[in-house]
Amino acid sequence: MKHLIDPTDLTLNEIDDILALAERIISDRPAYAEVAKGKKLATLFFEPSTRTRLSFEAAMLELGGSVIGFSSADSSSTAKGESVADTARTVEKYADIIAMRHPKEGAPLVASMNVDIPVINAGDGGHLHPTQTLTDLLTIKETTGRLSDLTIGFCGDLKFGRTVHSLIKQLSRYENIRFILISPQELQIPDYIKDEVLIKQHKDFREVERMEEVIGELDILYMTRVQKERFFNEADYIRLKDSYILDMEKLKNAKQDLKILHPLPRVNEISVEVDKDPRALYFAQAEYGKFVRMALMMRLLHLAEPQGKGEGTC
Amino acid sequence: MLKVDAIDKGIVLDHIKANHSPQVFHYLGLADMDCPVAIMRRVKSNKLGVKDIIKISDKIDIDLKVLGYLDPDITVNIIEDGKTIEKKKLELPEEIVNVEKCKNPRCITSVEQEIDHIFRLADREKRIYRCIYCDSAAPKR
Repeated sequence: MKHLIDPTDLTLNEIDDILALAERIISDRPAYAEVAKGKKLATLFFEPSTRTRLSFEAAMLELGGSVIGFSSADSSSTAKGESVADTARTVEKYADIIAMRHPKEGAPLVASMNVDIPVINAGDGGHLHPTQTLTDLLTIKETTGRLSDLTIGFCGDLKFGRTVHSLIKQLSRYENIRFILISPQELQIPDYIKDEVLIKQHKDFREVERMEEVIGELDILYMTRVQKERFFNEADYIRLKDSYILDMEKLKNAKQDLKILHPLPRVNEISVEVDKDPRALYFAQAEYGKFVRMALMMRLLHLAEPQGKGEGTC
Repeated sequence: MLKVDAIDKGIVLDHIKANHSPQVFHYLGLADMDCPVAIMRRVKSNKLGVKDIIKISDKIDIDLKVLGYLDPDITVNIIEDGKTIEKKKLELPEEIVNVEKCKNPRCITSVEQEIDHIFRLADREKRIYRCIYCDSAAPKR
């Protein structure tokens, strides 16, 4: 693994290794406080982001490294017409690793093809967001203790949600995962995910329109935002919108050890009253994102683990 | 009837679909080579009714991989001493570079003109190629 552009770049062993390293970091954060001393992360964010950029920066700072970068295209030479390749080649002279977010699909891949330092795709338009997938996997593993034998409900916009597609692909690689796909007809999971992943791999899945029908079966509920403009007509939106808003009333029928995840930002699809419920894990999930990015950067930079931890250098 | 002499050494591309020879000429980069090339269009064919043929004289070390993408039914004859010494079977190439353009307006290739348009074979059975940058499928030929 030289770069991380697409979640499928990672083998199952590499994913398990990153998650295991993240768990070791969580269990002894001070031990990892200087492993990246002298290393610089460049965060090249050509479009705004809160969680992803700050979690990358926090991750590098917690490893003892430092951070340079920009957080909008306006404050970079892109505004003067510079290409992604030239920006990356320049930044390579100043930094040891790049995390790039760009509105155009494939931009981080272009950067990775032009530099020798590792490039991490921190989101390229609506295409890929591999560190969100790692975040989701770590959250599930840390909070349930496993990545197999789970019933997972994905709720909301399953058609355009890149995090959902990516997580379904990755979870399909683990044993005995049941998928329940909760969405209005207009926003059902695309056929290619059904055909090329779920059906091809003989996965147990079913599609339903209402969360209320299935919430009692779920070990994990992965919420996403349903946007009004995605519906073909107002009547359908009014008929269905409440089915995709999680509130305490719906949670009455859920398991006591349900885990509620959301990639954030949340708008109104999870009522704020749910935030106090111990099953609400979306803010913890944001913190797991930092830990998994710490582990990922350690692996990409081939940093040695502190003495007595893990398996030493990779 | 139009006659083109047999070649002593080179490559004969036969059974090109009628009127497709300019496209084959272009993608093989024959305009940039200094060898003699004859293009015959709309020649009578028992198999196709009408077909195109391209004869490339004096040169046999041409990268023909793209032909497998353009039209796997093209017959490739390698000629030495006036005789066919090899008939090459065309296969789908794993990758095509600057043959198709990605049409996805969200793809980085839509805004940065100097980037090569690269598609990789994603499904051999269905002959689907996908853009390496955005995963969009190449148009069906």
